[in-house]
Amino acid sequence: MWDYNDKVKDHFRNPRNVGYIKDADGVGLVGSMACGDALKLMFKLDGEQRIEDVKFQTFGCASAIASSSALTELIKGKSLDEAARVSNKEIAEYLGGLPEQKMHCSVLGRDALLAAIDNYRKKSRGEQPEEVQVASDVVCACFGVTRQEIERTVRENKLSTVEEVTNYTKAGGGCGGCVPQIEELLTEINASPPPVREAQPKAAKKRLTTIQKIQLIQETIDREIRPQLQKDGGDIELVDLDGDMVVVSMRGTCSHCKVASFTLKFVVENKLREFVSDSLRVVEASSAEAGDEA
Amino acid sequence: MNVYLDNNATTRVAPEVVEAMLPLLADLYGNPSSMHSFGGQVGTQVQRARDQLAALIGADPVEVVFTSGGSESDNMAIRGTLMSMDGRKRHIITTRVEHPAVRGVFQHLGKTGYRVTEIPVDSDGALDVDMLENAISSDTALVSVMWANNETGVIFPIERIARICKERGVVFHTDAVQAVGKLPIDLSRTPIDLLSLSGHKLHAPKGIGALFVRKGAKMVPLIIGGHQEGGRRAGTENAASIVGLGVAAELAASQIQTENREVRRLRDRLQQGILKSCKDAVLNGKHRLPNTLNVSFKYIEGESILLMLDEVGISASSGSACASGALEPSHVLRAMGVPFTAAHGSIRFSLSRYTTQAEIDYVLEKLPPIVDRLREISPFIDDESGKPVELTL
Ligand SMILES: Cc1ncc(COP(=O)(O)O)c(C=O)c1O
Repeated sequence: MWDYNDKVKDHFRNPRNVGYIKDADGVGLVGSMACGDALKLMFKLDGEQRIEDVKFQTFGCASAIASSSALTELIKGKSLDEAARVSNKEIAEYLGGLPEQKMHCSVLGRDALLAAIDNYRKKSRGEQPEEVQVASDVVCACFGVTRQEIERTVRENKLSTVEEVTNYTKAGGGCGGCVPQIEELLTEINASPPPVREAQPKAAKKRLTTIQKIQLIQETIDREIRPQLQKDGGDIELVDLDGDMVVVSMRGTCSHCKVASFTLKFVVENKLREFVSDSLRVVEASSAEAGDEA
Repeated sequence: MNVYLDNNATTRVAPEVVEAMLPLLADLYGNPSSMHSFGGQVGTQVQRARDQLAALIGADPVEVVFTSGGSESDNMAIRGTLMSMDGRKRHIITTRVEHPAVRGVFQHLGKTGYRVTEIPVDSDGALDVDMLENAISSDTALVSVMWANNETGVIFPIERIARICKERGVVFHTDAVQAVGKLPIDLSRTPIDLLSLSGHKLHAPKGIGALFVRKGAKMVPLIIGGHQEGGRRAGTENAASIVGLGVAAELAASQIQTENREVRRLRDRLQQGILKSCKDAVLNGKHRLPNTLNVSFKYIEGESILLMLDEVGISASSGSACASGALEPSHVLRAMGVPFTAAHGSIRFSLSRYTTQAEIDYVLEKLPPIVDRLREISPFIDDESGKPVELTL
């Protein structure tokens, strides 16, 4: 049984600001069903560009719900710049502390907020808003944790061990294959000052016919995805394309990683979006068809 | 009200068992191996317990080796058998859904030169027995398949698998920790070589169990030393717990039929009530133990459900990642292809002979509002329609 303090329990039992804002100015969504936690955060600004109202919906354990609730209390009335400076550490402190293995829940809140702010800024610049920042540089394939997320969390919480990184971000908590990479990252991050963030422009992609799309997807799978998977004992097969929905059958990359199928989907989707089209979605063919033997 | 519905994790020690054990924890402290009659009377009680346990499973008393529990029995059966073969055969077969006490041993063996085949299950949790049969080769040393699954209660066709293994000359072990006391078992008619059981799943204390070792089965002991348990497991016997296990076995044997009818009735009542009154609730597993109910509440998370149940005095368990302290959901549900939407929200209710209808009705009163509340918080449920929405990720 987790040792939650009374404040965490209170925010779990009576979460503040649960719900939905119909005409929200910014909406952020992070996590996924596969990970076991997901948070949707939305806010509305007042005339002075301060957060007038904020609501959330969370799928997750008690600490995820409590962290979301705490976050909304913390950012109410703040300007977006002020809100963006609220760290996951402050969320945890507001709650009087979280069990070490549950720190990733506070990071989730922080990420949802940044995604919502990003969503608002893109919308106000007239760009196509994306609800989620698509991860570009995945370090932990099991949980889809990017280099950027790890770096930000390490800096904000002054983390120094892989175990801490796992508790805060889940990275390294699946098959463990990325542990050496996290170690390297830790050394690198803790040796250098924070860099100035630069935006990564996405190359414009031309319109494709369905046949061209299938060909390009197949090529991308053959060239970019399958060799990597096969190296680890996994495999992938293109089954169907239905509009923007790519149906694949997959096999896990490492036998210990029970969420491999989810993460694969994540990695595959990113690759296909990078090389084929931004709007592609990957779904897995029913797992019964992909009878594999471990 | 306090309602304990986590009997697959552990059970209440039966009052009759406690009563039988107390003298051995107080006055009767002799060593069962001693020559004097003070120890001898303890030895007699241990022997009686061996008879009682053997009767429950249709074994000969000399085939019963007392151990410290299910995990030790599993380790002893698998590793002891392989050790006796001196590595002549290097292939071992198990399933994807074993308890860690078997799974962990196989994973370890897989790293030390054995070839491991894990047989998959279908979405009902049923094992592909044909695939198992086809996987057996001349290099196969041992097959280990659990009798009933601890998470879903799904029962495997152990008699059939045992016969296949016998025909093919392969040693067969079954982890029957969840089956003993809940299903009729007759080892005199089923060619099982090794069977693990654990006391605390059938109303005996924790830390006591047994391994059935069929006469003639070759096995190197894991714990070497004294001559106890016929040289198969050294160490002075845990006399009080052994006596407790004996009484628990006798209770189970005498009540298994009537008890199971009542337990099944209550389980079915709980099941129907939940499926009727909770939205997006789906049943996991078909062909199950009478006491087990594993339901997934889609779009909400198991730990949250457990905590809210806990606050109203209901104890259950979850295959959710968060609840177990792991980061990933149950390997059993994943092996069944239960989607993540449901695996994280799975709750196991497991009943016992002590469960009452009033308790079941209490759960049926408390659970639906908890599910509704968490659905309100969930981003996967649309506020207005109350229907699941697909989140674009
Ligand atoms: C199927 C199964 N096997 C093995 C065990 C381990 O038994 P024990 O706790 O007695 O070591 C358990 C119980 O947790 C179980 O459910």
